[in-house]
Amino acid sequence: MHITPDSIIYWQSGPVRISATLVFTWVVMAILVLGSWLVTRRLTTDIQLSRGQNLLEIIVNGIREQIRDVTLQDPDRYLPFIGTLFLFIAVSNVLSIVPGFSPPTGSLSTTAALALCVFVTVPIYGIADRGLVEFLKSYVQPNVLLLPFNILGELTRTVALAVRLFGNVMSGSMVGAILLAIAPFFFPIVMNALGLLIGLIQAYIFSILSLVFIASATRAQQERQIAEASIVKEETNG
Amino acid sequence: MDSVDLIGMVSIITAGVTVGIGAPITAIGEGWAVSRGMTALAQQPDAAPVITRTLFIGVAMVESSAIYCFVVSMVLIFANPFWNYVVAASGGQ
Repeated sequence: MHITPDSIIYWQSGPVRISATLVFTWVVMAILVLGSWLVTRRLTTDIQLSRGQNLLEIIVNGIREQIRDVTLQDPDRYLPFIGTLFLFIAVSNVLSIVPGFSPPTGSLSTTAALALCVFVTVPIYGIADRGLVEFLKSYVQPNVLLLPFNILGELTRTVALAVRLFGNVMSGSMVGAILLAIAPFFFPIVMNALGLLIGLIQAYIFSILSLVFIASATRAQQERQIAEASIVKEETNG
Repeated sequence: MDSVDLIGMVSIITAGVTVGIGAPITAIGEGWAVSRGMTALAQQPDAAPVITRTLFIGVAMVESSAIYCFVVSMVLIFANPFWNYVVAASGGQ
């Protein structure tokens, strides 16, 4: 029994090895890229939509709605990063129901890479929005004494993000394998169905949490905008 | 009793205890959160999307502590560094 797809190695030459994680990551990437390319090749603004365009529009619109609900800002700034995270994790979790496919998110390397992307993106958005000094000041809020805890919190939430996704996906395939040994035919199917639900929820949670982290790094900007909007409103009303 | 037996025994017992303590406590906390969420949903059905989303995020964050326990116990059983060390050391002799 393999605890992660990292330990399944297809090809190795010196330090370069191609493990199942890598191969299935490529499979997911190929599915996403080819699917999007096939659909976006012939887009129409007609009333008659092709099925694929309808599907993509629903997905993109749904992600934009969620981002707007959470951040109360223009969703297009966050859509590329958050949408990519969600689509990649969701597709690889859903494909885990295909026999022979071991989801790349069930390996700690993949999830750690995704969490590191979030770890790097948070300061980028924060600095782009508030400037370097203002962003660094947020680490000594509300007091200088809390600086170590703020830094520690930044690191631990990255680790938590990675281990949460890894643990959930890994436990899904693990429980399936154990049940297959003790009660085959029926219970593994039920657990697989539950695994689909958990996989989608984890994809949602991963992207929403990274969105919340990014949005909290740009919070001051948002508060200023809201204050300005209310001032403008009062002026127009009064 | 030599060190191989001792390490195997302690690892398996610890793996069981980790999940045995970690999972029920998390389940209690999660149950509290869901019951409060249900109360809020019953009182304010209009705010259902916001409550559901917050509830999902909160429950998943609570759930992660149980998942950490599970990961620790899986590491103890399937990828135990001390066990591998002892096996490698005894195999080398």
